[in-house]
Amino acid sequence: MGDDLKKRIEAARSAYAKPNEDALSTAPSKGMGLGFRMATEFVSAVVVGGAVGWGLDQWLGTTPWLLLLCFCFGFAAGVSNVVRVAQAAQNLPGDTSDTDEGE
Amino acid sequence: MLSYVSFAATDPIKQFELSEIVPLEVGGLNLAFTNSSLFMALGAALVCGFLALASSKSEMVPGRTQSLAEMTYQFIAGMIRDTIGEDGLRFFPLVFSLFAFILMANMLGMFPYFFTTTSHIIVNFALAGLVISIVILYGFWRNGFKFLKIFAPSGVPAALLPLVAVIEVFSFVSRPISLSVRLFANMLAGHIMLKVFAGFIVMLAGAGGALALLSPLPLILTVAVVALEFLVAFLQAYVFAILTCVYLNDALHPGH
Repeated sequence: MGDDLKKRIEAARSAYAKPNEDALSTAPSKGMGLGFRMATEFVSAVVVGGAVGWGLDQWLGTTPWLLLLCFCFGFAAGVSNVVRVAQAAQNLPGDTSDTDEGE
Repeated sequence: MLSYVSFAATDPIKQFELSEIVPLEVGGLNLAFTNSSLFMALGAALVCGFLALASSKSEMVPGRTQSLAEMTYQFIAGMIRDTIGEDGLRFFPLVFSLFAFILMANMLGMFPYFFTTTSHIIVNFALAGLVISIVILYGFWRNGFKFLKIFAPSGVPAALLPLVAVIEVFSFVSRPISLSVRLFANMLAGHIMLKVFAGFIVMLAGAGGALALLSPLPLILTVAVVALEFLVAFLQAYVFAILTCVYLNDALHPGH
C-alpha cells in the first residue's frame, strides 16, 4: 500500500514537475538571473577575501600584505564560483532539452 | 516646483525605512518591534495559517487549498530529491520553511504600502547564516573530519592542494554572502524600479500640457514591471531554496 502510494506520488510528480521546470528555464528573466547569480558569486568572494585580509592585517599589524594576498585568494575563489555556476547552468538544461542548447 | 513636491512624495527609498511600532530596549539593545518584524510575523502566520487550513480537512480528493499545499510540498520534495537525493528529505522542514517564508515575504512586499522584509540584507543574512551554520554543524556531526573534503576537490595534484584548499575556504565563506546579497539586491532593485517608474506617472501628469499626455507610458511600464516583480519574487525564493539544497548536499555528501 505504502509502496504503491509512493509510486503514484512519483508518477504524479514527474508528470507536472517537468512543465514547471520548463516554465522556469524559458522564463524571460532566466538569462538575467543567471548573470546576476554569477555577478553576486564573484563579487561576494572578492569581498570576503578583502574583508578577511583587512581584518587579519588590522589584527596582526601586517598592513597591507595579507589584504593583498587574501584579495587574490578571494578573486580566485570568485572565478571558481563563476565557473561552477556556469558548469551547473550548462548541465541542468542539457539533461532535459539537449536540442535547443545550440541556440 | 510641483514636480519637486511630487518627487518628494514618491521618494523611492522611503519604502525601506524601518519604523518602531512597539519600542523596547533590553540592556542597551534596541529590540523594538518594527514594521519589518510585523511583516515577518505576518508572513510566518500566513504560511502556518494556510497550511493549517489546507491540512485541516485532508480529503482523499483534495480541494483547492489542499492541492495547492500538496503541490508546494511536492515541489520542494522534488527539488530536494533532485539535488540531494532521498536521504536529503530529512532537511525537508528546513528547506520548506525557508522557501515558504521567503516566498510569502516577497509576495507580501508586492502589496502597495506593505513592507518587504527581504529587501533588508540583514534578514537574508540571518537566513543564509542559519543555512550555512547547519551545513557546518551537521557536516561535522555526520562526517567528522571527512567533512573537510569539501575543501579538497578530487583530482587536484598534492602540490597544489594547500592553495586550492585556501581558495575553496574563501569560496565557502562567500556562500552565505552571495545567497543573501542576491535576494536582497533583487528585491531592493525591483522595488526601487517600481517606485521610480510609478513616480514618473505622477510627475508627468503633474507637469501638465503635452507631458501629461505621456503619463500613460510609464503606467504601462509599471504594469509590466509588476508582473516581472511577481516572477522575481517567486524565482528568488526558489533560488534560495535550491541553493540551500546544494549547500546541504555538501554536508551530506562531502566527497563530491
